[in-house]
Amino acid sequence: MAFELQFAPVVADAPILLHGFWLTIKLSVSAICLGGSIGLLAATARSMAPRRYQWPVDLYVELIRNTPFLVQLYIIFFGLPALGIRMSAEYAGLLAMTINLGAYTTEIFRAGIESIHRSQIEAGLSLALTRRQVFQHVVLKPAVARVWPSLVSQFILIMLASSVCSFISVEELSGAAALIQSDTFRSLEVYILVTVLYLLLALAFKIALSFLGRWLLPGAAGRARVTSGGKTGETPRS
Amino acid sequence: MIRSFGVDEILFLLQSTGWTLVLTITASLLGGILALGVALARISTHSVAREIARVYIAIVQGVPVLMVLFLSFYGLAHAGLELPPIIAASIALSIYASAYLGDIWRGAIESVPRQQWEASASLALTRRQQYRYVILPQSVKIALPPTVGFLVQLVKNTSIVSIVSVVELTRAGQLINNVTFQPFKVFVAVAVIYLAICYPMSRASRRLEERFRVYRGG
Repeated sequence: MAFELQFAPVVADAPILLHGFWLTIKLSVSAICLGGSIGLLAATARSMAPRRYQWPVDLYVELIRNTPFLVQLYIIFFGLPALGIRMSAEYAGLLAMTINLGAYTTEIFRAGIESIHRSQIEAGLSLALTRRQVFQHVVLKPAVARVWPSLVSQFILIMLASSVCSFISVEELSGAAALIQSDTFRSLEVYILVTVLYLLLALAFKIALSFLGRWLLPGAAGRARVTSGGKTGETPRS
Repeated sequence: MIRSFGVDEILFLLQSTGWTLVLTITASLLGGILALGVALARISTHSVAREIARVYIAIVQGVPVLMVLFLSFYGLAHAGLELPPIIAASIALSIYASAYLGDIWRGAIESVPRQQWEASASLALTRRQQYRYVILPQSVKIALPPTVGFLVQLVKNTSIVSIVSVVELTRAGQLINNVTFQPFKVFVAVAVIYLAICYPMSRASRRLEERFRVYRGG
């Protein structure tokens, strides 16, 4: 009954695996750029808008955060064509990842923006900065610096979530694994290998994003997190 | 014959929601027990236990839930255990939950002020008693909001086990779509059911967080 693990047939299919690996990276990096921008814009718009115009952003965030990524993916890939909007599986996957990440980062940026104390804004205004300048220099930069660790976790979670795109036959890392599995019948070996690749990717993302944070937001690392604002300590959510 | 998306189909969705909930509850109970072990190991005085728990959390959190599922599924089969998919799915979700809950609870335990440990030690409580009577009751309050928040993630991630043909809510949606060819309607209905489960939980998590923040000041 017990038999040896055989990695050789799996390694023979390395090109498929590498192709999938690269697609996972491309999907994740694109989704991080696009979704992160959506989050930043939505959170900024929400903080500028009068209270009664904040609901569209809140609705977006709640709808996305309280439904599974897989169902969002199905609505985009299977549902939208019924309404006449068609796209390839890759683009459907990217769109779903972007919309999903956008909602989570909106919430993270919002927490950061709300954690900036009123007195900071008043001090900025009293120095004759315009509202725009205050927002950019006094609110936004420190806010982003403060929530950077949560953002990094969220970015890694969306990279991991990209595996779900294999459900609609995107041949990213998990999709490639499924292909090789049906080809070689070495399921356990394939999935062990792919799991290790995901781990390495998560580690690489973490290191790269921390460096990016230090480069983009000098002084962010090592700064004591202010807890009086409250919501910055929120756990990242997938 | 193409069926339309009617009352029967909606009833089928609701019925499958039962399995989504069963999976969630199983994974949170089993995962919760594991998580308590992980959290306690993570902060134990034993450095090997600490290290093992740290690596366990890092690995499970650095891997997609889908991979945890496949490894449980094929790993168990490889070991000669031909378990029904629902069992493998429950095991996978429990492992997933244990790493995240373990990390949340570690944070909660660690955020109980040091003085509480010192005061209870000076009352000659053993470490077990310190946990039982002093530390854990206080950490529960801190841990509750993020725990409920994580349960929302768990409910949503049960959708992934549809790939090993466990007929939970998402799989039921797929099956109905296959006979009705009304994907938009069907999957929006599925999303609405998830929303009905998750939204109240998210609200509760936020409420609890606001309520308990008062106690944490200082």
